Amino acid sequence: MKEIIRIFTSFFKIGIMTFGGGYAMLPFIQKEIVEKHGWATNEEVIDYYAIGQCTPGIIAVNTATFIGYFHKGLPGAVSAALGVISPSILIITIIAAFIQQFSDAPIVQYAFSGITAAVAVIIINAVIKLWKSGVKNVFGVVIFALALVAEVILNIPTMLIIITAVVLGIVIELVRRARKKGDER
Amino acid sequence: MNIYLILFLEFFKIGLFAVGGVLATLPFLYDLTEKYDWITPELISDMIAVSESTPGPIGINTATYVGYTAGGMLGGIIASFAIVLPSLIIITIIAKAMAKFKSSPFVESAFSVIRPAVTALILAAALQVLELVIFKTTDFSSAGIAEAINIKTSVLFIILMIASLKSKFHPIAYIGIAAAAGIIFKM
Repeated sequence: MKEIIRIFTSFFKIGIMTFGGGYAMLPFIQKEIVEKHGWATNEEVIDYYAIGQCTPGIIAVNTATFIGYFHKGLPGAVSAALGVISPSILIITIIAAFIQQFSDAPIVQYAFSGITAAVAVIIINAVIKLWKSGVKNVFGVVIFALALVAEVILNIPTMLIIITAVVLGIVIELVRRARKKGDER
Repeated sequence: MNIYLILFLEFFKIGLFAVGGVLATLPFLYDLTEKYDWITPELISDMIAVSESTPGPIGINTATYVGYTAGGMLGGIIASFAIVLPSLIIITIIAKAMAKFKSSPFVESAFSVIRPAVTALILAAALQVLELVIFKTTDFSSAGIAEAINIKTSVLFIILMIASLKSKFHPIAYIGIAAAAGIIFKM
């Protein structure tokens, strides 16, 4: 039970620190889940992100559910998902109830222009970490470059990029097996 | 039909069908504006502004905001739970299957391609944010490129980037410092 509560509070913290979408959450997951608690490795977190991208629902919730499930089963999954959404429910309810013109206030706008710069720095740092653990050889660099071109220049839907990666991975394994058989013959 | 039941069903549907982040939920939300009077295109654009400037996943913020507007506090809570319920069910099933197939060479091979690809996708997201930091507008026809550059936020970005490469702070420290700098220098 203690661990279930720990999962909830960790994801509550992650939820409260995440401005923007799923990707902005990544650095906080690295800090809280990978470095502090060791509930998942950097590689596992990317795997969950990838699956979270091409399954329905909010990426942040999908990733939280994965980490919670692999750490403590279904109760872990539920408490992780609830943890990551609770700050939003609290904060948005307060804002919707009391401050209708919240995002029009100049002071809020100044603060958020600044925060945008910090978010860029945080995500770039996350990419550097992921590069170290996920891109290990020339093949990885080629895949990285292709995916970047597909996403930024060709505007191919993200889900399609990941599905292509999955198919490519399976084809590579099939070819490897076929070759092995050929060698044995 | 009861408003809470409608909120639950509509947001459950969005949670089930919107694949690939918050932008994917937008078409579903605009569909709702044609069916119900408690949601309008103006409300959706308000909600995007509020969501972008508050913590938490945008999808949840959106559900809470729209739910609250339509059905008060309980409406906000119901909409938020409804949008995550499909994730919870689907991911639990996938996680169960994954635990079984994790060491399969096919799964390993697939992930060896996925990892560098996702790293690139995240860099692409960073570039999008960076574009907002560097440029006030990307409409270069009305303003020259030099005029379009936001010098204050660009400088802040460079300072924070260098600081982050030299020493590691908790990410929340960057957010706090950047918010303060934004207010002080009227970015």
